[in-house]
Amino acid sequence: MNNEALKDLLYKMADDALIIGHRNSEWTGIGPMLEEDLAFSSMAQDKIGHAVALYKILHEVLGEADPDTLGFKREEKDFKCCQFIEQPIGEYDFSIVRQFLFDHAEHIRYELLTQSSFQPLAQLAKKIRGEIKYHVMHADTFIKQLGNGTEESKARLQSSLNHAWPFALGIFEKSEFESALIEAEVFVGEDELKKRWLLKISPVLESANLKIPAINESKIVYGGRKGFHSEYLKPLLEEMTEVLRTDINAEW
Amino acid sequence: MNSLDPRVKRLDFKKLEDGEERTNSHSITWEVFHQEKRGKQVTHVGIVHASSPEMALMMAKEVFGRRGKTTNLWVTKTSDVYTFGSEDEDIFETTPEKTFRDPAFYKVRDRIEKFQNRNKVQS
Repeated sequence: MNNEALKDLLYKMADDALIIGHRNSEWTGIGPMLEEDLAFSSMAQDKIGHAVALYKILHEVLGEADPDTLGFKREEKDFKCCQFIEQPIGEYDFSIVRQFLFDHAEHIRYELLTQSSFQPLAQLAKKIRGEIKYHVMHADTFIKQLGNGTEESKARLQSSLNHAWPFALGIFEKSEFESALIEAEVFVGEDELKKRWLLKISPVLESANLKIPAINESKIVYGGRKGFHSEYLKPLLEEMTEVLRTDINAEW
Repeated sequence: MNSLDPRVKRLDFKKLEDGEERTNSHSITWEVFHQEKRGKQVTHVGIVHASSPEMALMMAKEVFGRRGKTTNLWVTKTSDVYTFGSEDEDIFETTPEKTFRDPAFYKVRDRIEKFQNRNKVQS
């Protein structure tokens, strides 16, 4: 197994977790109600924890820089997150729809990774899959509730789903190492993940009276996995590292 | 509505829209019970606001289960909890005096008497 393939997989997972964690933490203090503010912030914190754990594997097992350097001192083009999770939080309907689409993929990805031939990743997956299971339960509960709610809540969810869909399919963008990872039984691959994801989300969307938009392949938003990002990532990274950059060598 | 309470501020409960009064009636309170270990008793820990029992559990998980050990949570509608009125507190007034109803009372009593007898003999 070549290390470059492993690194590529870990970077994209870690960067997804770090950036969605930062994004979702933007709801802290302004969530729709106190309990949900707390829940959403706590889940955002979980994501940062997942990112740290993955950066640690990159550092300790694969010889990359330390987690703080990886999280805070890389250039925008070095990030391998998908463009979906860079998008602004929008209104709450969008953030919930994004949690629903992204975390279902995360949940299945980690479930599959419990069987990975790369032991550090398999162990981590076993440890945190329960956390992600809750994130999925949380999203499902909201989707079902709001999808069966008022005309307004239904319309908002459907319109957010329409907006999110081309981005969500970008989660499954393949890298050049795709077949190497599959052959080495590190991961079953993005196509398999996408297939299982569709099977999982479809009944939930149906029970919430939501329709998966039909879109042309060409509309899928790819690029993130190769370091091409939307206009929203750079400002996010700048904000995230703002304090650090005031004194880059400070001891914390 | 000018309130510092974020719950009041955020939901803007009484906002009038198209002449329709909005309330937070869809979001009732649920009593939350926390269980630390399987088989252990559940302990009342507080309330959450939610519109369904499923949602109440989702909220309770982070509000009361994000720190320390948790094995399960129970929620029940506040309106399903029956209590005495505060004006009836006097029915419990004399109970603390009835220490003889506490089995521990006898054990302690025996040990005190033993101790007293032993000391008497010695002195």
